[in-house]
Amino acid sequence: MSAHDSGAASSGEQGGVAVRAVDVGKVFPTKAGDVVALSGVDLDVAAGEFVSLIGPSGCGKSTLMRLIADLDPATSGVLEVFGKPPQRARLDQDYGIAFQQAGLLPWRTVGQNIGLPLELHGVAKAARIDRIRELVELVGLTDFVDRYPDQLSGGMQQRVAIARSLAERPRLLLMDEPFGALDEMTREHLQGELARLAAETQAAVVFVTHSIPEAVFLSDRVVVMSPRPGRITDIIDVDLPGPRDASLRESPEYFHRVTAVREALHGTPVERANER
Amino acid sequence: MTAPTTSSIAAARTAPRTGPPEWLRFVAPIAVGVIIVAVWILLVDVLKVAPRALPSPVAIGENLVQHFGIILAGMQITATNALIGLAAGTIVGIVLAALAATLKPVDGMLVPIIAAIAVVPIVAITPILNTMFGASSQFGRQAVAGLAAFVPVFINVLRGLRQTRPVHRDLLRSSAANGFQTFRILTLPTALPYLMTGLRIASSLAVISALVAEYFGGPSDGIGTAIATYAKSGRSALAWAFVAGAIAIGLVFFLVTSLLERLVTRRRSG
Repeated sequence: MSAHDSGAASSGEQGGVAVRAVDVGKVFPTKAGDVVALSGVDLDVAAGEFVSLIGPSGCGKSTLMRLIADLDPATSGVLEVFGKPPQRARLDQDYGIAFQQAGLLPWRTVGQNIGLPLELHGVAKAARIDRIRELVELVGLTDFVDRYPDQLSGGMQQRVAIARSLAERPRLLLMDEPFGALDEMTREHLQGELARLAAETQAAVVFVTHSIPEAVFLSDRVVVMSPRPGRITDIIDVDLPGPRDASLRESPEYFHRVTAVREALHGTPVERANER
Repeated sequence: MTAPTTSSIAAARTAPRTGPPEWLRFVAPIAVGVIIVAVWILLVDVLKVAPRALPSPVAIGENLVQHFGIILAGMQITATNALIGLAAGTIVGIVLAALAATLKPVDGMLVPIIAAIAVVPIVAITPILNTMFGASSQFGRQAVAGLAAFVPVFINVLRGLRQTRPVHRDLLRSSAANGFQTFRILTLPTALPYLMTGLRIASSLAVISALVAEYFGGPSDGIGTAIATYAKSGRSALAWAFVAGAIAIGLVFFLVTSLLERLVTRRRSG
């Protein structure tokens, strides 16, 4: 570990780092032999920072997120979430999580789904109801609090899942392609909402996606990954001025970042007729 | 016959859906029933070509009214046996399925035994159970009903307990839920529709088994005993009236469990 301390780990003191990965690897043993899903991953995510993981299928971006969430154990290396081992961070509920599938329990109402983490941690009923009311307002579903998931559209279900991930006011949000199954218009709308929520809550976000514009629009930094074995090949600072809103999507800076990420993904400069 | 044809064409024009109109679903089976009873009356009362053991539906109806007291008493005995057997079989089925779903060795031990129980015709061991528990005890009959009910409940609940989706398991784990919370909030509600399906199948089996068990000894009460007695002594109309009582028990068990199943599966499409 000491060999890596000087380089990647210099972005802040312990309290300012949400996620720190040092030489993290993950191997899945299979009948046909070991599959190396991740190898030599070094990454720091600062508190309040929005970091996207992007790459083709099999590059280990979801695997890395699952390691951070302690849904799977790392095979090698050191992984810390707010300076703690991932298991401790999970038990302390330091993070909230949202998946590609909304993963709502169909026999519970919207409110009961959002309040599930609070219920699990023994929050009193009155406090729970207050918090659920705040959260449905935050995601614009106040009128749907007593509906069941099968009465909602896909985009609304995903908003419920995001509200649920925010229930415990986590300092870290983990999102695994939360908009992956949605149509483009719903997707852009929810990207705008997520950018606003991330700014309001001051939470760090680790966001897995395979959409380049989505990664650029939302992120402070985009981590580009590559498969066989899954590893980080490039980290691009997005560094866009101003708020993340619809006008940003039209700006030349935005297009430059999209091109930069695309080139990093493909490994070579990409010829585009409408640029430069 | 022309009137329904034209009205169904009109319905097809106004509503853009294919298939027969809604009212046909209720009218068709009733019509079939009426036709069967009419043919029955024709064969027995008008043409008088039916065998002696097939009485007229009118005679069966008369017997049903006249002897309603003893038929109801018989129904109570048989229905109680079926209900006790169903309840016991269901509880044992749930407990063993929960054990098999949690502990791998138990699963390996139980499944071959359950498979063996499932292929044994319950009727085969009924005379033995009836002799074992004596002529004054209903226990043999209840045990037969319980055994019959146990198998579908066990199989369905075990399957249901294994239906939790990976995304839900990940969610509960990432929310730091402990084992008991995961069972209460995720595993049990997921398995509930499967339990209800098992219960619906088991309810019919319990009634049939409790009734058939009465043909093989035990106390001289219950619907099955009465059917056997009156059929042998030539009072076929009264025997058929008891058959009607048996059908009523089966229907009540089936309808109640079907209703429970529908209530539970209402919100499962999401």
